[in-house]
Amino acid sequence: MELWFSEIHTENVRLDIKLEQHLFSGQSDYQRVDIYESKEYGRILILDGFTMLTEKDEFVYHDMLSHVPMAVNPNIEKVLIIGAGDGGMVRELARYPTIKQMDMVEIDKMVVDACRQFLPQTAGCLDDPRLNLYFEDGLKFVRKKQNEYDLIVVDSTDPFGPGEGLFTKEFYGNCYNAMTESGIMVNQLGGTFYAHDILSMQRAFGKIKGAFPIALAYQANVHTYPGGHWLFGFATKGAHPVRDMQADKWSSFGLDTQYYNTKLHVGAFALPNHVLKLLGV
Amino acid sequence: MNNRPQQSLTRKSLPQQHVPIADALERLRTHRVVPFDVPGHKRGKGNPDLVAFLGQRAMELDVNSMLPLDFLGNPVGVIKEAEELAAAAFGAAAAFFMVGGTTSSVQAMILATVKRGDKILMPRNVHKSALTSLILSGAQPVYIDPGTDSNLGISLGMKVEDVKNAIDKNPDAKAIFLNNPTYYGICSDLQSIVRLAHARNMLVLVDEAHGTHFYFGEGLPMSAMAAGADMAAVSMHKSGGSLTQSSLLLMGKGADPGYVRQIINLTQTTSASYLLMASLDISRRNLALNGKIAFDKVSQLAAYARDEINQMGGYYAFGKELINKNSIFDFDTTKLSVNTLKIGLAGIEVYDILRDDYEIQIEFGDIGNFLAYISLGDAKRDIERLCSSLKDVLRNHGKPTARPAPTNEYIHPQVAITPQEAFYAEKRAVALSDSLGAISGESVMCYPPGIPVLAPGERITKEALDYIAYAREKGCSISGTKDPDVNEILVLK
Repeated sequence: MELWFSEIHTENVRLDIKLEQHLFSGQSDYQRVDIYESKEYGRILILDGFTMLTEKDEFVYHDMLSHVPMAVNPNIEKVLIIGAGDGGMVRELARYPTIKQMDMVEIDKMVVDACRQFLPQTAGCLDDPRLNLYFEDGLKFVRKKQNEYDLIVVDSTDPFGPGEGLFTKEFYGNCYNAMTESGIMVNQLGGTFYAHDILSMQRAFGKIKGAFPIALAYQANVHTYPGGHWLFGFATKGAHPVRDMQADKWSSFGLDTQYYNTKLHVGAFALPNHVLKLLGV
Repeated sequence: MNNRPQQSLTRKSLPQQHVPIADALERLRTHRVVPFDVPGHKRGKGNPDLVAFLGQRAMELDVNSMLPLDFLGNPVGVIKEAEELAAAAFGAAAAFFMVGGTTSSVQAMILATVKRGDKILMPRNVHKSALTSLILSGAQPVYIDPGTDSNLGISLGMKVEDVKNAIDKNPDAKAIFLNNPTYYGICSDLQSIVRLAHARNMLVLVDEAHGTHFYFGEGLPMSAMAAGADMAAVSMHKSGGSLTQSSLLLMGKGADPGYVRQIINLTQTTSASYLLMASLDISRRNLALNGKIAFDKVSQLAAYARDEINQMGGYYAFGKELINKNSIFDFDTTKLSVNTLKIGLAGIEVYDILRDDYEIQIEFGDIGNFLAYISLGDAKRDIERLCSSLKDVLRNHGKPTARPAPTNEYIHPQVAITPQEAFYAEKRAVALSDSLGAISGESVMCYPPGIPVLAPGERITKEALDYIAYAREKGCSISGTKDPDVNEILVLK
């Protein structure tokens, strides 16, 4: 017997991963949640049929959304994490002793519960004493905050379904309002390869540019995401991600990272020509 | 008629689970009848582009009246059953399925009630459909000042004492016509008004376009049928969930459905759309079976949004606290009406910003307010988007100084001749400044508050001209005349 998971990347392209065993399936108020064990990629978290992470390549995504902003402002103390129910974001940020408070807002408790049980690789840090967990709509949470967070990490699903509100002008505007003067917002913007992904990535990037004086995109290769080449957004009220990077200070944290280093940091903001064209920059 | 279908014999008290029109359409579809009748697209086969656009299913349902599907102009089968089910669901003596929008329902009510020269009492802020009905019928309107809330700049409900005065002064009037609720959710004391009118043998007609949910939700204002009104026009396609342009005309005990049917058939199409009629049928079933729970949810969503918006500071999402048991007898809490004056923005500006910058389309905005329509189709996360957008609009566009509330003086109209006579009369254009004393041949509207200053057939008074000049000076938008700048007005020769 063979058991395969097919993720539909476009109408004409899919990624098939051979599975070893089924671990969890559930339908929450927001989405369908599945966790499988695979031979090649380890455990896989799937929401509404789309791969959110695999144990084998999640380090790329989590490194790039945590260490990039921390290298630009190593003095970050108070962090807001939106989404990120798998816990991977908290795991990386918890490595900084200088961070005093992490507020994580995940709309779907089922994701957190399932990951705690079946994905200890990412969810193992969710008991960090600096972490406050809120199960509510991130869009609502952030609109009640003002001048509070040094870092906002938006680790959302795709802009269709429960994550939709996290790709809107109102969300980015309220994030701006919730950030301190030296605050940074990073988010996942989507893929650069397939037409469908490009359109939503362009729209999201345009909205961030409208809401922040400094807004740039940076890249990484996340193997299991559609097209493989992924963009992230970096937005501040003034700090520049490359010119204001404090490489030495970041290095002094002495973190052993699998993907991120400060040279890669600079390179991540150097985008391929076709991507620059898509972004209109 | 001898082609009466069998279904009609098994009528009377079908349970609300039934959808006779939808079932008949489904039977027809499965029988694979070969169509040698109209519509000529023949279940879509003759118009593949339209099939691709609308979907096969919609095209298959777009069929013509035939024996098993009944005929809207003289229903004896499944349409009759569906109308009876609707009447039962709404607590009405009879109900008509209408396919010309609630405009057609309002026109049928008025045309069935007043003839040429008959008087009808109505508030000055009636919908356009009521005014066009006056032109069609030749009736003479007697207007009642609906009053305005001076802080919010919105028209209110009818005060019972104003209605009583109007009835006392016009004992010969045939009927009273009301808007209930208003667009903003303001309700009048329908029961008292019905009692007053019926004591003088006047019929009560209610434009209930925005009140379908009153018949099914709990804790909502009283519906027209429950209050004993004689007819009500209900926009099923607004809060009821049916397709745009479908509507219901409800009959109370005092109405004559046979005569109303004749009036409806004067102007109603003989090719009524089965998509519209099936949508009324299925929506009625849904409201009857699930309406209470569905409108509870709508009320909760609106209440949540109101609280969230009021916490932001500046906006005022108004609710039941407005109730004064008179001009605001009750308030429809499913309406999310928000006053914007304190943030220095007009409601219409917020409306535009939400559409252009935030990809949110709301129902409408005027000078002081906007209305976001909350319905059966809304989810919590859509409400969060609206609230977060409003917060962001406040941050990006809010101004430190409040806008002044708009002027709301009521100009007492002097109806000289009926709107119908004025509509067909010979007219000439004169400068507005030279028009004093003439009979107006057209309307002059002033936004805000959107109530006519002059209507066809009305004497142009000094009061009206002074008000137009004043409103213009205050920056109100003046419109309605053929001359776009309203420097000239058509008057009767």
